Amino acid sequence: MSFEQIVFYFFSAILLLSALAVITVRNPVHAALFLVLAFFTTAALWLLLEAEFLAITLVLVYVGAVMVLFLFVVMMLDINTSTLKERLGSYLPVGGLVAVLAIAVMAAAVGRDHFGLEQYAAPERLAADASNTRMIGEQLYTVYLYPFELAAVILLVAIIAAIALTLRTRPGSRYQNIDKQVKVKRDERLRVVKMDSEERK
Amino acid sequence: MIALSDYLTVAAILFGLSVVGMFINRKNIIVLLMCIEMMLLAVNINFIAFSHYLGDVTGQIFVFFILTVAAAEAAIGLAILVVLFRNRGTINVTDMDTLKG
Amino acid sequence: MFDSIQDISLYIVLAPLIGAIIAGLFGGQIGRVGAHTVAILGVAISFVLSALVFKWMVFDGMEPQNFSVYTWLVSEGIRFEIGFLIDELTAMMMVVVTFVSLMVHIYTVGYMSHDEENWPAGSKAGTNSYQRFFSYLSLFTFSMLMLVMANNFLQLFFGWEAVGLVSYLLIGFWSSRESAVFANMKAFLVNRVGDFGFLLGIAAVLMYFGTLDYASVFNAVEHHKDMTITIWPGSEWNIITVIGILLFIGAMGKSAQVPLHVWLPDSMEGPTPISALIHAATMVTAGIFMVARMSPVYELSEVALSFVLVIGAITALFMGLLGLVQHDIKRVVAYSTLSQLGYMTVALGVSAYAAGVFHLMTHAFFKALLFLAAGSVIIAMHHKQDMREMGGLRKYMPITWLTSLIGSLALIGAPGFSGFFSKDSIIEAVGHSTIPGAGFAYFAVLAGVFITALYSFRMYFLVFHGKERMDEHTRSHLHESPRVVTVPLILLAIPSVFIGWAYVGDMVFGDFFINAITVLPEHDVLSEVGFTSAFGMLLHGFVTAPFWLALAGVGVAYYLYMVRTDLPAKIVQLPVIKTLYAILQRNYGFDAFNNLVFGRGSRGLGTGLWKGGDTMLIDGLLVNGTARLVGWFSSVLRRVQSGYLYHYAFAMIIGLLVLFGLFVVA
Repeated sequence: MSFEQIVFYFFSAILLLSALAVITVRNPVHAALFLVLAFFTTAALWLLLEAEFLAITLVLVYVGAVMVLFLFVVMMLDINTSTLKERLGSYLPVGGLVAVLAIAVMAAAVGRDHFGLEQYAAPERLAADASNTRMIGEQLYTVYLYPFELAAVILLVAIIAAIALTLRTRPGSRYQNIDKQVKVKRDERLRVVKMDSEERK
Repeated sequence: MIALSDYLTVAAILFGLSVVGMFINRKNIIVLLMCIEMMLLAVNINFIAFSHYLGDVTGQIFVFFILTVAAAEAAIGLAILVVLFRNRGTINVTDMDTLKG
Repeated sequence: MFDSIQDISLYIVLAPLIGAIIAGLFGGQIGRVGAHTVAILGVAISFVLSALVFKWMVFDGMEPQNFSVYTWLVSEGIRFEIGFLIDELTAMMMVVVTFVSLMVHIYTVGYMSHDEENWPAGSKAGTNSYQRFFSYLSLFTFSMLMLVMANNFLQLFFGWEAVGLVSYLLIGFWSSRESAVFANMKAFLVNRVGDFGFLLGIAAVLMYFGTLDYASVFNAVEHHKDMTITIWPGSEWNIITVIGILLFIGAMGKSAQVPLHVWLPDSMEGPTPISALIHAATMVTAGIFMVARMSPVYELSEVALSFVLVIGAITALFMGLLGLVQHDIKRVVAYSTLSQLGYMTVALGVSAYAAGVFHLMTHAFFKALLFLAAGSVIIAMHHKQDMREMGGLRKYMPITWLTSLIGSLALIGAPGFSGFFSKDSIIEAVGHSTIPGAGFAYFAVLAGVFITALYSFRMYFLVFHGKERMDEHTRSHLHESPRVVTVPLILLAIPSVFIGWAYVGDMVFGDFFINAITVLPEHDVLSEVGFTSAFGMLLHGFVTAPFWLALAGVGVAYYLYMVRTDLPAKIVQLPVIKTLYAILQRNYGFDAFNNLVFGRGSRGLGTGLWKGGDTMLIDGLLVNGTARLVGWFSSVLRRVQSGYLYHYAFAMIIGLLVLFGLFVVA
């Protein structure tokens, strides 16, 4: 067993175990943390597949942003987890059966008979100075320029949508009305009063 | 040597686990969202494995887009979740059956 | 203005129509006097011009006129036109129709003067009913003129239907009476049965001759006499026979021949003037007229003639018998009308068209007279019609009495009166005929003479002689009817006496109708009878059976209803007679049969279609059933829509699995 294989099986095992943990643990915080672990191991697998850029991206974007967001939400919302968890509900037999079937069918479809080394030989290793980022960038900024721009738009929409959804104004809270502040006139703020001088006592 | 089918099988099992997760956690919407993330992850593994074994970088480009969309989806999904919790005080999926015919 | 026959024909037809429109639509504005003035004026113009045409036709020797005035449409070379055929037959009919109509119009002024009493207080239909009645009368005259003056089948059919419509309106004139509404519906429905045959006959003419024009059809009829049609597999029918019988079915409806006669007695529910006008003198003669007009067709089919003959004979005999048991004065007259129509039909059946049409004319006069006299009696009796409550009216109403006597004598065919000439011609003609069924018909008409005499004089004696059986109140108010009533009676009595003398020689035995009626030599019974003058016929009349039979009938009537008035009630109690009497009372069960089979049957069919077809099948199964099915299906389907997200996800995954499985297996 080569080093590569050891690495592959090691990370694959952690990936699947952590995935199993995600779906079985009671506490959503733990689930999120196991999911983080799954992402990390997946990034390791992607490094094996010479997709360095995406592996880093996965860690940065998912672990750094999305999962933090998950944790943030889980912790922010005061969720009563005991009511949410029903241990191995009545759906498990059916769901398990369906999942086993799905896995069996998919495994049969993607097994070694169809996608083994005979059909798809492992490619040559890339040179040490080959840049995965450069390869993606060349494609992204030429052939996939428009989809790339669209992806940016989607992100923008998501940002605005998320803010719009969660933004709320509480009755009774005070806000600055900048519009009015800017438009204010001197007379509205300053009153010159004429009065007789008084003798200092 | 690691075959393409090995990666694909790992992805398939991951996908299957996600499906099971959707069933056994059918009340907790946060875990449901996590399961969806895992499904996307399985798909992404497939894409990258194919990209590597076929020597075509296009698969990675697609993963890039999927990551983008998944991030957006997660953001909006969580935002909806927050709003939902704010309005209903619960995120129990079994309480949400207004679509019932 | 009077320069062309075309114009005059148009005036004759349109004058009553205009009268009807004015009286009908503007009756409220012009009032009663205005309404009856325009209506009478319209009919009077019509009558005067008809008389003029008759004079030109008969005395000045004008050629028959056949022209069209308006082409309605042309379709595939078939012309649908309004046109007039003026020959001797038409001219005679025009005069009869307009004269009787004029008399009835005048009479109506008196008869309907207190019409508001016939309506429930505050009835909306009762307002302007007088004007409306005149409008209908004039409209009827118009329809009848259109019918008799037609030169094509389409216009004939128009007149035919229009007459039916107006008779419907008039029978049900007192629409607040249930019996009147029932009677007019009955008349309409029975006429529809006949009209159905009539329409089929016209369709057959159109199909085989390709034209609706009389002249073209009559010219072509010779070439079609050997053509046959297969009505049902294995039976070949001569098309002339088929056309003849179908057209005659129409005539059976209009002229009230058995078994389509049932509407006529009931139609006495209408006011008496229309009984006289429609159900004695004109409308019911439409069928007779039509068959006479179609003589070129009928002559070519002995089967059709025989059919006509047998139906006529049955009607003449059996309907006369019914007259014996009626107590309603108008119903007696109505059944005598039926019987006389049977005589006319018999005449047609033996190809004695001229005799039939002649009887039509004389009958129109004396039957209108009898009806109007009966109406006069009814006025005097305060609209009571039961003869058992009358009697001895002679001294109260001398004019009515005298005219009634004349009418009755004419009806029974007393020698010298008009009825004698026409009826005896028919009887003689039947006696000479060799057509199948003539033997039975001869017996029927001879027996009919006796029966006619019996019931006519039964009515006469019961009403005008004997004990005064009415109550005191009525008796104290008995008086002769006003002049608008009696003058038409007198005017009708004159032709009832003399018209036979004047025309029997020309019309029946002469060549009066030579242009209008075709008789094949082998069917020409009238020339075999061979009278040449009215006087000769009169002398012969005293020694023949009909005279003695009529005399016997009068004698029996006198004995039973004047001498031994207790006898009729006793006779009725005899065992055999009792059964017979019950059968007669029930009109041989025609009404019961119709009510049971057609009335109940069609109601049952309608109810069945309503309940089964409409409510159950269409509403229940198709309309509501579809909705219910969709509802049921969606109630099943909505369970799928649990509203739970994971159910949907589950469904998606299963779908995915199936799809993927298929993909892999394939």
